Amino acid sequence: MGEFIAERRRQIAFDMLQHANLVFQCVLVATIIAIALAVLINRVRALEPVANAVSAVGLTLPSFALVGLLLPLSGLGTTTAFLCVVFYAVLPVLRNAVVGLAGVDRTLLESARGMGMGPVGVLLKVQLPLAWPVILAGVRTSMQMSMGIAAIAAYVLGPGLGAYIWTGLVQTGGANALNYAVVGTVGIVIVALVADLLLLALGRLTISKGVRVA
Amino acid sequence: MTTQDTNTSPRPHDGGQPDDRAGRRISGVEIELKDVVKKYPGQKNAAVGGLSLTVPAGEVVMFIGPSGCGKTTSLKMINRLIEPTSGTITIGGEDIRGRDADELRRTIGYVIQGGSLFPHMTVADNVAVVPKLLKWSKQEIADRTEELLDLVGLDPAKYRDRYPRELSGGQQQRVGVARGLAADPPVVLMDEPFGAVDPITRQRLQDEMLGIQRELGKTIVCVTHDIDEAIKLGDRILIFSEGAHVEQYDTPENVLAAPANDFVADFVGAGSTLKQLSLSRVNELRMGDWTTARQGDDAADAVRRAEAAGQDCVVVLDGRGRPVAWPWLRTLRRQTRIDVPRRDELVTLDRRATLNDALDTMLSSSHAAAIVTGDKDEYLGVVDFESVTQHIRSQEAAAAQAAEAPEPRP
Repeated sequence: MGEFIAERRRQIAFDMLQHANLVFQCVLVATIIAIALAVLINRVRALEPVANAVSAVGLTLPSFALVGLLLPLSGLGTTTAFLCVVFYAVLPVLRNAVVGLAGVDRTLLESARGMGMGPVGVLLKVQLPLAWPVILAGVRTSMQMSMGIAAIAAYVLGPGLGAYIWTGLVQTGGANALNYAVVGTVGIVIVALVADLLLLALGRLTISKGVRVA
Repeated sequence: MTTQDTNTSPRPHDGGQPDDRAGRRISGVEIELKDVVKKYPGQKNAAVGGLSLTVPAGEVVMFIGPSGCGKTTSLKMINRLIEPTSGTITIGGEDIRGRDADELRRTIGYVIQGGSLFPHMTVADNVAVVPKLLKWSKQEIADRTEELLDLVGLDPAKYRDRYPRELSGGQQQRVGVARGLAADPPVVLMDEPFGAVDPITRQRLQDEMLGIQRELGKTIVCVTHDIDEAIKLGDRILIFSEGAHVEQYDTPENVLAAPANDFVADFVGAGSTLKQLSLSRVNELRMGDWTTARQGDDAADAVRRAEAAGQDCVVVLDGRGRPVAWPWLRTLRRQTRIDVPRRDELVTLDRRATLNDALDTMLSSSHAAAIVTGDKDEYLGVVDFESVTQHIRSQEAAAAQAAEAPEPRP
């Protein structure tokens, strides 16, 4: 095992970075999409049950199946992996963002309007900052989930550590099969832990002291 | 000691707010509502059915009525949070529909229950909301914040950077008032501003608001469900029944003395004689002369002076003449220099507090009396039960005299 890692040190480090990179980008895009959708849902209440249904169904959809569905559309490679991870990453953020935005006290919003803040100002200066802790919790869930989804998306030759797991599976019984699977899995866990720490730090920086729980 | 009141002269027997209209600075403007109607789709009766009303510049008008009578709806139409179905509203002679709603609202103070502070912003940021919208410079905003926190009795250095959750309910409400006044609006709308605090804090906040209003002279429209609050704060009271129908719009004195109809009489309720206590202010009372001493003064000397005056306690003032403690002589005898151990526990009465509040404070005080303070919390004197009964007797005597020599009613 030690030898296996030592021989591929640089490649493993590169793939860990690739994995992290893919997930970060996907979660970032997903967060933006989710918040935009949540704001829309917050304004148009009729959309809320629709959004709930979509995210419930979406989460039951096996990621492997989605990869299969996307393959004819976007082919082998990074694009398919990216789309697949973004699709799943949106769901937890969306759910939390809808709840978070709805959870902001109506009287605060009215009071902001009453002082002459425009609708955009109310959203950016009052509603989003107050919903942010809940949204960020959704982003953390999304990040954890995306780490695993990204591994599966490696089936279509996406970047990252997923390839190690697939190699391990394909070579079952072979000399390095276990090594591949273990390196891939442990690598993903390490990347996920580091990412979670970074998100915690982001929370410390961006959540106002006035609404922080701890 | 007599009432020290530089800009006004107390007129004890005109029935109520003696020092209000005489030569006061008025920075408010008139508000006029003409045939204002608000109808919600699908509802048979209008929420507000043809409300016409003039709020004179610089006066406090209290909207009161049973819940669902349309008082809050009427208030919110003034800053266009609710758009009227028909009718016109003018502020300072200008039709409010002629202006952008957001810009209009920046010129109208808005204070609601509990202060409704933004929890993610510091006290200073909360106060600065409207000045920032108006694009004041950083320095202007900082200066104004300082000034306002001072005005509402919060030490800027101590509270500026705190978050709302680190404040008590009363302090939050004070910040709410400061925020409403931030851009010096001529008109301030208040929606049950003191509904969320305990009775003692409410009384303090009401007194402070009267003090601030005395200084600023804004036009204030305030919704309340508490008739005592309406009587205490209002220059006029507007009593609504359902559909924002005006049952009576008059001074508190007249509402109490001559309710327009049974609805008003019921609403004002029983014990209107007791409520009259809310119409008289502490500064109409004869204030007792009390032995005073400064912090750090020789204790023995203060004890001697108090004994000579036949009193068993001394009012201790700080460097700015504000009362900080009211120790008994037996405490002072143990000291060489007058020392004040607990500063925040002394309950004082603003000179504009009502007799109702005064009796309340006296009853809960071990001295059976209360210290009266003026504008900058400076010491004015002491009132006790005796001075209240004396005042009531003299009022009764005046009323009896008036009844014997009937004048033609105006």
